[in-house]
Amino acid sequence: MRGSTGRGARRAIRAALLAVVGAVLATVAGCGGTQGSPGAGGASPSGGGATGTVTVFAAASLTESFQKIAQDFQAAHPGVQVKFNFGASSALAQQIVQGAPADVFAAASAATMKQVTDAQAAAGAPRVFARNTLQIAVPKGNPGKVASLADLAKPGLKVALCAPQVPCGAAAGKALEAAGVKVTPATLEQDVKATLTKVRLGEVDAALVYRTDVKAAGGAVEGIDFPEAAKAVNDYPIVVLAKAPNAPAAKAFVDYVLSDRARAVLAEAGFQTP
Amino acid sequence: MVRGTGRRPAPAPARRARGPRVPAVLLVPAVLGLAFLVLPLAGLLLRAPWGSLPERLQGPQILEALRLSVLTATLATAVSLLLGVPLAWLLARVPFPGRRLVRALVTLPLVLPPVVGGVALLLVLGRRGLIGQWLYAAFGISLPFTTAGVVVAEAFVAMPFLVISVEGALRAADPRFEEAAATLGASRWTAFRRITLPLIAPGVAAGAVLCWARALGEFGATITFAGNFPGRTQTMPLAVYLALETDPDTATVLSLVLLAVSILILVSLRDRWVNST
Repeated sequence: MRGSTGRGARRAIRAALLAVVGAVLATVAGCGGTQGSPGAGGASPSGGGATGTVTVFAAASLTESFQKIAQDFQAAHPGVQVKFNFGASSALAQQIVQGAPADVFAAASAATMKQVTDAQAAAGAPRVFARNTLQIAVPKGNPGKVASLADLAKPGLKVALCAPQVPCGAAAGKALEAAGVKVTPATLEQDVKATLTKVRLGEVDAALVYRTDVKAAGGAVEGIDFPEAAKAVNDYPIVVLAKAPNAPAAKAFVDYVLSDRARAVLAEAGFQTP
Repeated sequence: MVRGTGRRPAPAPARRARGPRVPAVLLVPAVLGLAFLVLPLAGLLLRAPWGSLPERLQGPQILEALRLSVLTATLATAVSLLLGVPLAWLLARVPFPGRRLVRALVTLPLVLPPVVGGVALLLVLGRRGLIGQWLYAAFGISLPFTTAGVVVAEAFVAMPFLVISVEGALRAADPRFEEAAATLGASRWTAFRRITLPLIAPGVAAGAVLCWARALGEFGATITFAGNFPGRTQTMPLAVYLALETDPDTATVLSLVLLAVSILILVSLRDRWVNST
């Protein structure tokens, strides 16, 4: 190493190291900050005075309707920002049990909500705000000529189901059992959106997904009703979490999801509302 | 801004890399970095349900996923060897226009998010894909949701490791041996087979092991392109992901198995090949 370049390089390295250490410390401090500041939304529990960020963990099937509801909610509660983590309810439930800093959990089935309540991670009893039923989704034009649930067992027909570990898979299993249909799926996808994607791409001839997801896909896929869907209705419970960093805003959001305006949005998305 | 106020440049002897004293400004972040990389793995070991480990390991789904993982990773490595070694040879030995671009393209899957690779594979080789629809119409072959699809996804992600490794070995090997063989009448293929391959064998072996390990851990491209079905396309990483949804303890056990295999591979790799090349 030569004198001046060596010194310059050393200074650059030192600066870079300090920057890295600074960034690490800032991140650590930041993490501590979010977890250690309960009630960032102020003291008013009425919801009207809620402020700050509310973090909502919600089932993937709620993506479109919750985004719309959040927009309305934020318009009604200036100063509150809703952040979402959408995914398979079962995965979200595990993240919450493991201590993810979430305020609200909206699950796609009572069974996944039970994982959270059993772990004493919920504040109060969950409330059901929507119900969803299954539909057969087929690619545009229905190349596999699927007309009923029994058709899914046709040899050569490629079917995608949700994995039995996630709520849409559990519901699909229930519906198939009720119909006495034995399906050998080509794949068991990790959530309902991934399952629907395989239909959109035309990689499978049919999939069992929620009616709301077929609707949200617009004209990209076709939905076929089947009577056995009535045997596999999924309840969607919502709850404020025990360790919610922003409990007032969380409560306000849950109240809003149970309100008539949110109901209308959910109904329009294809949910039944209790 | 960082200014060097009040600090004098370190005295000359300290500039040597192997000085006995390690400056704190390096040591502290180095230890932090080490902790950051090792602590999560240590956590895995601490939280593992050691008591129920044996029976959990014998679950049918685990054995099935492990068997499938080993099989597909091995096949993906075989595919990579067949295609990757000649490709590496081309990149190292034959000057052609656009070689730098080709080299960049070959290493692209290293930095590409595997999910993106899976999407790309789906759009090209899927049943409605650019090539896939033709394959399907002509031969009735459709790769998604098959074990062959898993091999394709894994090879796509893992082959660059082999190519890089072999290309490096080729560049380090002296081409004059091949030239000498050629002047003695050997064909290029004979020279490659009898001279070049033995010369670069350690590099090929190291590349193959890395490739195998990467294929074994492949997740994103596999779940996107090949789907997830126990016994057919559900490899260990997919099983870990789904197990985490309902049964974190099983997910921990599965992760331990993958961790053990990976460590075993990397340790043996370092001792046998990395130092000697």
